[in-house]
Amino acid sequence: MKKRLPVSVIIAATVLGVIIFIAIIGNVFTPYGVTEQNLLARLKPPAFLGGPEEYPLGTDRIGRDMVARLVAGLRMSLLVALAGTAIGAIFGTTIGFIAAHFRGAVEEILMMIVDFQASLPFILIALTLLAFFGNSMTLFIILMGLFGWETYARLARGVVLSAAAQPYAKAVVALGARPIRLYTKHILPNVASALIVQLTLTFPQIILLETSLSFLGLGIQSPNTSLGQILGSGRDYLSTAWWISVFPGMLIFIITLSMSILGDTLRDRLDPMLKQRNT
Amino acid sequence: MTEPLLAIRNLSVGLPAGSDRPFAVEDLSLTLEKGEILCVVGETGSGKSLSAFATMGLLPTNLPKPTGEVVFEGRNLLALPPSERRKLAGSRLAMIFQEPAAVLNPVYRIGEQVGETFQLHTGLSKAEIREKVTALFREVRLPNPEEILRAYPHQLSGGQCQRVMIATALALEPAILIADEPTTALDVTTQAQILRLMLDLRENRDTGILFITHDFGVVAEIADRVAVMRHGRLVEIGPAEQVLNHPQADYTRELLAAVPKLDPHASREGLGEPVLEARGIRKIFRGQGFLGKKRVVNAVDQVDVTLRRGETLGLVGESGSGKSTLAQCVIRLIDPDDGAITIAGGNFGGLKGNALREARRRVQIVFQDPYTALDPRQSVGDAIAEGPVIHGKKKSEAMTTARNLLAAVGLEPSAADRFPHEFSGGQRQRICIARALALEPQLLIADESVSALDVSVQAQILDLLADMQKRHQFGMLFITHDLRVASRICDRIAVMRQGKIVEEGEPARLFVDPQQDYTKELLAAVPGRDWQHVARAENG
Repeated sequence: MKKRLPVSVIIAATVLGVIIFIAIIGNVFTPYGVTEQNLLARLKPPAFLGGPEEYPLGTDRIGRDMVARLVAGLRMSLLVALAGTAIGAIFGTTIGFIAAHFRGAVEEILMMIVDFQASLPFILIALTLLAFFGNSMTLFIILMGLFGWETYARLARGVVLSAAAQPYAKAVVALGARPIRLYTKHILPNVASALIVQLTLTFPQIILLETSLSFLGLGIQSPNTSLGQILGSGRDYLSTAWWISVFPGMLIFIITLSMSILGDTLRDRLDPMLKQRNT
Repeated sequence: MTEPLLAIRNLSVGLPAGSDRPFAVEDLSLTLEKGEILCVVGETGSGKSLSAFATMGLLPTNLPKPTGEVVFEGRNLLALPPSERRKLAGSRLAMIFQEPAAVLNPVYRIGEQVGETFQLHTGLSKAEIREKVTALFREVRLPNPEEILRAYPHQLSGGQCQRVMIATALALEPAILIADEPTTALDVTTQAQILRLMLDLRENRDTGILFITHDFGVVAEIADRVAVMRHGRLVEIGPAEQVLNHPQADYTRELLAAVPKLDPHASREGLGEPVLEARGIRKIFRGQGFLGKKRVVNAVDQVDVTLRRGETLGLVGESGSGKSTLAQCVIRLIDPDDGAITIAGGNFGGLKGNALREARRRVQIVFQDPYTALDPRQSVGDAIAEGPVIHGKKKSEAMTTARNLLAAVGLEPSAADRFPHEFSGGQRQRICIARALALEPQLLIADESVSALDVSVQAQILDLLADMQKRHQFGMLFITHDLRVASRICDRIAVMRQGKIVEEGEPARLFVDPQQDYTKELLAAVPGRDWQHVARAENG
């Protein structure tokens, strides 16, 4: 029996859907290009505040259309977060499985690395690496992937250990299955729900991380743009042209909030501990 | 006639919409007298526990309010306001549960927890409470009551915990004690002691005891009267002697017939060559205490086992005797520290990697809990076909084998497409047996494979195992804590204690003429021995 979804979840899902939709096809409807400048229309306020009609959300310091900027920034932010989450999840989960399978020294070393990363502020690691290796899109996405892998590793190790102790896993071993078969065909499907929930929790965090780095000027570089970069570019004009920073900020807020609400619901639905308590 | 102590009249407890039946308990009427032990017997889902919960006011909140009457001391408990009811529960009505260790709070000392009852319900001083609790502990025959007062729950054994629970329940001299399967989680020898304690309570305190159990052996030991329940309805109620020896209802007769009995038969003839030879198996568990204190447990200590084709060897022992560890060593789910294992003439103990995986087809295992033994996300057909597929059979052929096996274990071949959660416990155990047999092993290990099942289902699964053995002639290592179950299926029985086999022999010899004190103790603790002797004598 499924309970009806609460209104907040339906709203969150709808909002996210609309945002993703805009990110994918939004640029078709914007009259101006992302990099199209109009130096005669610099720092114009949004149309509803008395700005020119053709710029509904105003323009930035070199007269670029905010709508076009936001659509492009949104797409980049979501792509980076998606790639980062996927890399982190796959990498971290694999490490967790390896630690749980080999136990002993392998586990100790891997978990020590996990603890090491968990005890350092990630933004520090990110700044150092970016400073050393210079900025590139590849490195940036890898960095996003590195963020949060340790939570997957820790989580995966725990759930795999407890799943492997279940009689069904032992029965599969007794049938003569190779470990890879046990882990991919039996254990992974049974622990996937916990990992999927973790996915919904790290996704907003990665968006925030991307925002902070881009805000500091170490993230996405022009001519590319992201929500964080737009937000950062508006910091000198906060008192005169607040819309440059506020609109991307609001978008980030809405995305992370919606994602968190969905994640919470997913956890309630999928968490076997909670499920047992409800039935 | 005077009023009975407790009268349950037309009690019905509904189930939430969408359940498999509308009522958990339907139109139940029974009475309990002073100084009487009424045993309520039934299988899983018979509603026996829910009737007790309804009486105590402990029904889960998702169930609708029970209807009918529960009259105690002239008042209908179901109609009382919750606050009044709470006052009665705990003082005049007390209850004990199946898992005593789960009821005790692990972070408080035993003395504080038991004393709490007095603090809540009486105005006694600390010293007086202490005295009372010590006296209670003496009454339930806890050794060293002073020490136990200061102990934490994890420092006590299961039997001691249950005694503490009983002492707590007795604290305020209740008129009624409701016991919900209080001995099911305990070893037989401990169970025998708790049952004796129940009899003492009835004798010394005149307490009315409502004793819920699934075990007719236990019933035969202690019951004055017996109520048999099925699907939430009362099937039969009457004096113990009558229900046990001259049952009226067909269902009661079925249940009684399914109760395993100590059967001193001899080993079967014509057994084949040895399929399992294990020599000097040893497994030591080393634990690290909290402050580096080392703990060493000899789980299996130099054990030799030989098993022949078509033979069943029972491995009997109480919890912690090492019987399951031995089985897991034999099937190499854990690696023994020492010893040699030969299965079907080939070395098994020393194999590694691919050679070990290849050899695993020769030995299979059926676990205790059918609910966790199957991958919940794998269809039944895939589960059974998995072994053959791993060992190189084509998927389509393996699925045909799986369907045939399902039919052989008494399920529809179409069950192959369904998932484990759609089956009952007994059906799942059949699926597990089919999965194990799909590889045509020469040795089958049944690790408490029927312990989690109801008696009637238990009997069916035992028959199935025996039948399959006749067809496929595998050797079977049958692990159980229940001598009665072992006696039904085993050619030889080995009694294990503290990692060693203390005595081994055919049931005919072992039951009639046990050599070791421990074997004698185990035999004496088997519940319902005397009753079954009587029953057998009467039936000729």
